[in-house]
Parts: sequence; structure tokens; C-alpha cells
Amino acid sequence: MKKTLLAAACLILTLVKGYGQQYMTRNGFVGFYSKTPAEDIKAETRQGFAIIDEGKKNLAFAVLIKGFTFPKELMQEHFNENYMESDKYPKATFNGSFAGDLAPGRDGVYHVTVKGNLTMHGVTKPVEMPATIERKGNQLIGHAVFHISPEEFNVSIPSLVREKIEKSLEVHVDIQCDQK
Amino acid sequence: MLMRFPLMIGLLFLASAVVAQDTTLLSQVGDSLTNSTKPMPVTGTFKGIYLIQLQTNETIAAGALNFEIQHRFGQLNSGAYQFFGLDNATLRLGLDYGITDWWTVGIGRSSYLKTFDGYTKFKLWRQQDGGGGMPISVTLMGTISNYTQNFPDETYLNANYRTGYATQLILARKFKFFSLELVPSYIRNNLVPTVADKNDMVALSGGARVRITKRMSLDGEYNYLFPNQVVSTKVYNALSFAWEMETGGHVFQLVFTNAQSMVPTQFISGTTSSWGNGGIYFGFNIARNFNLTSHAKKSVKY
Repeated sequence: MKKTLLAAACLILTLVKGYGQQYMTRNGFVGFYSKTPAEDIKAETRQGFAIIDEGKKNLAFAVLIKGFTFPKELMQEHFNENYMESDKYPKATFNGSFAGDLAPGRDGVYHVTVKGNLTMHGVTKPVEMPATIERKGNQLIGHAVFHISPEEFNVSIPSLVREKIEKSLEVHVDIQCDQK
Repeated sequence: MLMRFPLMIGLLFLASAVVAQDTTLLSQVGDSLTNSTKPMPVTGTFKGIYLIQLQTNETIAAGALNFEIQHRFGQLNSGAYQFFGLDNATLRLGLDYGITDWWTVGIGRSSYLKTFDGYTKFKLWRQQDGGGGMPISVTLMGTISNYTQNFPDETYLNANYRTGYATQLILARKFKFFSLELVPSYIRNNLVPTVADKNDMVALSGGARVRITKRMSLDGEYNYLFPNQVVSTKVYNALSFAWEMETGGHVFQLVFTNAQSMVPTQFISGTTSSWGNGGIYFGFNIARNFNLTSHAKKSVKY
């Protein structure tokens, strides 16, 4: 009996240790933008899920492709049906780590480098980007701007409309994570 | 037992260490994403608001305008002198406008009997994916048509006699690679040729779209007019097939059908040629979408 209790205590302790210092959000912002003479594209969602593990310097992100909204409804339909195939590949995920130190318990903006694997449309690519993490009370606020090209993720664009979409799309990510 | 105890603790530590790796972080967000996902409306059940002749459950987005060209050549069995129908043509031009995302109005003019038509269409329910959502999309459509062709020996034909109405309840469901719709119709023609013919008719139409590639699909529709409603002329049920291709804001369809008209009050109850004797019309549909609102045109600011 005692042994079982002890084992359970050990387990709980290690789990607590493993999951400590985590920050999470359920309404992370992701937007991507393209501007060409022919067409403007804007798509945004506030339904991203993100976790930052401060101790391990790990972070993960997941967002539903169908959650992106466009000002033009037809564009949103094409995005889901023809380009991202969201029925087949419903999520985009990021899994990685950041390099750079966050001073414990002190508010401020810290510049970090985020590195990891971005998965969408069934393709996983390593990405690296500069980002900032801001500590504000019990929150960690992550912010990053980076570029991706649709072709890298096997998203084929017909030549007829290719010049309407920028070769490399600007992506904005904003996550306000609360301590778990 | 005592010997195994430290080993057990060690294993536990090891296990929890493995569990706490970054892959868990990903599965954690993945799980919470999956768990919190609410049913979402299904989009793109059909590519356009017209399947071939029949309307679909789709409506035009708020502030967008759809320009529809429906073109049918003459009958295939009209012989070599008529170049198997290609010398003749029937055309319907239509404009469809989205007042809101769920309310569309449209007007059309077709060369068949010089007919004007107008309709209004309401998206009542949208199919939702995910558990517990609405299983089908439901759209209500009401249309009115008036043919203006002169018949010198039928001077009694006034505007009232020339008018017809059709009301359709469009039930549609999108499956993974194909979409189906079932459309009960009520049709009213103010004037019919003989007393034996019915002014008020009911019909049941079915339509399907099968996706072959991301931008190509095959469409089919069949309009069943219940028997003994039109008796003075021999009418056939309209059966149509189309090969559909989409590029950007265009939808293009190559059509084979035995219906010459493209107006619901005419093609459902008044199709007089049949597939059986080669009374087939070859043709095409082109739909072009325009965004009229300024917020949709210029939306990106750097």
C-alpha cells in the first residue's frame, strides 16, 4: 500500500514538474496576406490553440484551416476546396522550440528565434523565424511574422491565376497565452 | 518485490520524462483543438447556383454579382443541313445578386419564347460537419416567368396568361467527393392548352455532382413530372448531364440535355424532346462572379 502511494506520489510529482510553467491560449491569431495588382488576399482566424512551455523552451500551435475567414466568400471556398483541401487536411500545426532567455518574473519583451516543423496540407517543413515573446504578469505574448510559399506545401496554383497570388505569403501570428 | 521497486520508480520517471517531450505539447494543442471544435457550416456543396438547369442550394455571397450565360444549340437529330443543331441556339442570360449571404435575387431573359424570369432564393439551413450538426442544407426558391413572344393568331394571350410560377424546396447534402440534392417543386401555369391539363403541377427533381479532380466534376440532374398533369402534348422528363470545370471566379460547363428551356416553369413541365430519339441539345453554361463591395476589393493594408 505504502509503495503504491509512494509510486503515485512520484508519478504526480514528475508530472507536475513536466507540465509546470506552461502557458496556453485558445484564441490565438493567425492571418496571412497577399497583395498583387490583380487581387488582394486576406485571411484571418482567432481560433488557434497554442502552448508555450517556458521551462523546456518548447512551443506548439494548431489551427483549423476551415477557421480562416476571407472578405470574399468565394475565395474562402476556393481556399478550402481547391487549395488547402481542408476536408482531407483539416489542421495546420507547428511544433518546435525557441532559443533565447526570458528573465524569470520580470515583465518585458524578449527577442527569440523560433525553430521547428510546420505541417499543413500533409507536408511538414522545417521553419525558422525571429519572434518576440513578451512577459506581462501571468501572460506570455508571442508574436511572429514570417513568409511561406504555397508551392513548398504542395499547394498547386493554376498558371491562369498564379499572378493573383504572391509567391510568398506574409503570415502573422499573435498568441496571448495565460499561465495554465 | 523490494528489488523491483526502485526499477519501477525509475521506469515511472523515465515514462513521465518521455511523456513530457515536445510531441505531447503538440498532441495537447491538437487534442484541445479537436475537443473544442464546434460544427461548422459546409461550403461548396455545388459550384454554382445552377446545377445545369435546376437551381442548387447555393446562394451568392453578400454584395457579389453572378453573371450566368446558359447556351443550348439545336437538337442533335436535326440533320446535317442544320449542322446537327449547331446552326440554332437558345440562350439565357442571367444576373444573380447576393443581398445577404443567405438571400439571393436574380433576373434572366431567355430567347426561348422570349421569356423573362425572376426569382428569389433563401438559404434556410446549412449542412454542418462535426457531430450533432444539421445533416442537410435547405434552400427555398420562388420564381416567376413571363414569355413575351408574339403569336398573331393567339391575340387573347395577355400578360396574366403568359405567366407561370414555380416554388422549390431544395434539400442538399455534400458527402466527401459528391453532392446530392432532392428538389420537390410546385409549378403553376396560368394558362394550359386544354381543360385536361393541370394548371397546378408537382414534380420531383434530383441532382448530383461528382468531383473528379479538385477543379473538375461531373453533374447530372433528372426532373420527374408526376404523370397525368400534362396530357394534351407529349412531354418528357428533363435529363441533363454536364462536365464542369472551374478556374478562379469562372465556372464552365459542357452540357447535354433534352430540355431546350432553362426556366423552371418551362423545362420541368414542358420538355417535348427526348433522349430516345436523339432530341438532345448540346450546350454550355458559363458563370462569372464579381465582387462589388469595396471592402472585398481592397482588403489588404501593409
